[in-house]
Amino acid sequence: MPRPTSLNIVLNGVPKSVPVADGSEPLLFVLRNKLDQVGPKVGCGAEQCGVCTVLVNGAAVRSCCAEVKSIPGGADVRTLDGLAENKHGKPKRLHALQRAFIEEQAAQCAFCSNGMIMSALAWLNGRAARGERDVPSDDEVKRFLSGKGPGAVSVTLCRCGAHLRIVRAIQRAAKDMRHGGFDRGRDDDESDDCYDDDRSGPFKGGR
Amino acid sequence: MNTAVQLSRRRFLAASGHLTVGFSLTATLNGLATAASTTPDGRLAVDSWLEISGGNDTLVTIYAGKVELGTGVRTALTQIVAEELSVTFQQVAYVQGDTDRTPGSQGYTAGSKTIQNEGPSLRMAAATAFQGLLGLAAAQFGVAASQLRAKHGRIGVGEHQRGSKTYGQLVGGLTYQMTSSTAVPLKPTSEYLIVGKSVKRVDLPGRFTAKTGFLSEFKLPGMLHARVVRPAGRNAAFVGFDAASLASVQSIPGVVQVVRQGHFVAVVATDEYAAMVGARTLRVNWSAGAAMIPQSMLRTALQDPANVYASGNEINTGNVDAALAASAATVSSSYFTPFQMHASLGPSCAVADVRIGEQRATVWSATQGPFPLRGALSVLLGLPETSVRVIYVEGSGCYGHNGADDVAAEAALVSKLVGKPIRLQWTRADEHGWEPLTPAMVHNMRGGVAGMSCMAWEHAVYSPSHNARPSLAGAGNLLPMQHQGRAPADAPNLGANSATRNAPVTYTFANNRLIRNFVKSFNLVPGTRKAALPLTWSLPRSSALRGLGGFSNSFANESFMDELAKKANADPLAFRLQHTGDARAAAVLQAAADRAGWGRALSAPRGFAAGRGIGFLRYETIEAYVATVVEVLVNKKTGAVQVTRVVVAHDCGMIINPDGLRSQIEGNVIQGVSRTLKEEVSYSGDRITSTAWEDKPGELGYSVLNFDEVPDIEIVLIDRPSEPSWGAGEAAIGCLPGAIGNAICNATGARVRSLPMTPAVVKAALPA
Repeated sequence: MPRPTSLNIVLNGVPKSVPVADGSEPLLFVLRNKLDQVGPKVGCGAEQCGVCTVLVNGAAVRSCCAEVKSIPGGADVRTLDGLAENKHGKPKRLHALQRAFIEEQAAQCAFCSNGMIMSALAWLNGRAARGERDVPSDDEVKRFLSGKGPGAVSVTLCRCGAHLRIVRAIQRAAKDMRHGGFDRGRDDDESDDCYDDDRSGPFKGGR
Repeated sequence: MNTAVQLSRRRFLAASGHLTVGFSLTATLNGLATAASTTPDGRLAVDSWLEISGGNDTLVTIYAGKVELGTGVRTALTQIVAEELSVTFQQVAYVQGDTDRTPGSQGYTAGSKTIQNEGPSLRMAAATAFQGLLGLAAAQFGVAASQLRAKHGRIGVGEHQRGSKTYGQLVGGLTYQMTSSTAVPLKPTSEYLIVGKSVKRVDLPGRFTAKTGFLSEFKLPGMLHARVVRPAGRNAAFVGFDAASLASVQSIPGVVQVVRQGHFVAVVATDEYAAMVGARTLRVNWSAGAAMIPQSMLRTALQDPANVYASGNEINTGNVDAALAASAATVSSSYFTPFQMHASLGPSCAVADVRIGEQRATVWSATQGPFPLRGALSVLLGLPETSVRVIYVEGSGCYGHNGADDVAAEAALVSKLVGKPIRLQWTRADEHGWEPLTPAMVHNMRGGVAGMSCMAWEHAVYSPSHNARPSLAGAGNLLPMQHQGRAPADAPNLGANSATRNAPVTYTFANNRLIRNFVKSFNLVPGTRKAALPLTWSLPRSSALRGLGGFSNSFANESFMDELAKKANADPLAFRLQHTGDARAAAVLQAAADRAGWGRALSAPRGFAAGRGIGFLRYETIEAYVATVVEVLVNKKTGAVQVTRVVVAHDCGMIINPDGLRSQIEGNVIQGVSRTLKEEVSYSGDRITSTAWEDKPGELGYSVLNFDEVPDIEIVLIDRPSEPSWGAGEAAIGCLPGAIGNAICNATGARVRSLPMTPAVVKAALPA
């Protein structure tokens, strides 16, 4: 029988509490349908593609398989939606990974991008925490995204064939993050980091 | 003002005016108007619009039926318009694929055709608008048009643009209508500032910041969620609900209704998770459907005359039989490729709001063809075509006809039954299990050589359909139509099957025969191409996947070219050059070979064999030229193949966006390697069993290339600014399987004639 519960998390720095009718509901659907998150995607429901990835207390989690009841109260949950900074009502400053993905044009359809960016974020942060400050090699990035090697979660798939660009983007971001702090973008404002797309309407709220 | 450009003006009651240019996206071939589509005074029949808004600023809007599929066409087309109108990128808006706002019936965004067909049409429309603006400016400034200069969306007098006005100010509050003209002066390509540059994709920042969602994130107020409960197999029929499970589904909080039409069953709920749990809980009794042709029998069954419904010679030049008899040496080989799938990363999704009482329906879809889908939906819903609106919203990359149309139809059907807006999300198992596949194919090749020359070439293709897209006339191609007992469109006629795409080679063979054999996928009414009812599938449903028949045909052609070269004791590159009479073909072959270091020795670690192979094709035999050199390492013990390096030389005429083009080529290479080494749909009885990415106990998954299997890719772009642009979306992929097979043969001496080239397959082919 479904056990009602509530999800109490800090989502991208903001405390949130949502009643959930069934504690077995995957975190992914609560984030998407009750907390209006656009980044995490529905992909496979089996931890085999990575598009649903979010960070829970700093660790990359495939949210399609993370039941709400398994999420510790007060957990720090980060999504792609909250990765860029929004300071003093100014336009968002992009995270190093976002800038790198733009710079390398590291996507075609971009359905995989959430998984790539959020998985890489946790991985690069983990490397830094272990004192590994070198830029990872091609092979290290490829192995990580193939679900192998230190810090790997599971396979992260891309179907369009943007793989080599994604590898380069992660390396570029690693270089940037080495100089500018690991969980935030550079502090200097760059006008070409600012993007606006007025088509966000139907994707946010509207329920 | 050019006399061909007619500026007609009328008062407009609204506050702001506009200048519109009508043009045709469908009826041009490389920008040249065809006779049928041109009015007597040389203007094109109109089905699309380009609009310059009146007001303070400069705003150009393209209303286009062609859609962004994640390949960057929106960016490339915007480049073309911005260039011709001398405006900035930000001053161009792109409204795509809305059957109420983008006029005309513009077919599909497919077949690598957007840049080559739509590009020139848009360029002409933008040039026409520009002439109109020059005319307005000349009148308003009181100077000759030749004295005017345009930059960044402003027109003024002289080099310093004295007294310049924005395009919006020039248009003001009046309305002007123009028709695109083939005679309009175009900006010389030598003055291009935007076209030919690697402009970054306009849509990617929104993706990387989660600012713009896909169709799967699209929400309507008051919408309900639906999940489908699929039949047990392709031929299974609905028998009844398990009463106990139905009761427990209906007791799930949030579940609104269980709907059924024929063999289509769905659970509808206010909450997505409730719909998921409901669909998982519901037990339906299905009849055991007739088994399809067993997967292990495909190779022979495809050649069985009982399964072939149409055949004939597509090419028959010279005298192949006599030439074979006269050849010093002959070779015959048979090639096989399996069923493969699009395997989109995001399972298909759609939102539909059907209001039968009001006689209208709106469907948000990631379809490649909003207009044809509208026709099919009108049949499904029993509404006039004009009462149905299809609005394109981008989905996960599709690479062809994936589940996007079917899910739109299912959402529309559920919305009709429930009377509420519906969001229907397919699961991974839905997508892997039910999307239209690319079919298995067989190629029987015969050839003869004498000296360095190919004396005779024969290619017999056996293939089910590569084209089962839905449309007004083919509404039965929609899955939920079939699940309601309706027949799919007739098995396609000779021209429409697309099985022989790129089967004709562009080599100069004097004696050349191409034989097509079209294989039925469902039981036919005897003596016709009509489906016999009740519908019984003998093979999995198949339709268009990147390259269509060309992927498999090129595998056979390019592998067999190497087989003949070997028989002739010729170098594979020299053998191809010898049979190429086309300088651009020779140029890509030579460019790829030079970059790859053709002929230079390769080294392999202990236990491995290294090899190099080449592949060439001209897309659809008349468009882009592609040559590919592949390097592989073969594990001599396990048969595992690692593609280590791929070099592509690519000539698609004038390049609009070099980085966008490279991105497409990389995608072709990686998907091509994946399909060559790994991909095969598995089925048993009448059920697809490879319904996940990864293997599970007793069932193989359908897996695609992982990051650690991706080769290094080097691309040589040959830009020809004075030549028309050809598409690049699916040109290169066909080179991969042949080139990889040739590289494996070069490494080991073993010729692999079937896909996928898994370790087991390659090991079995290795010399003992």
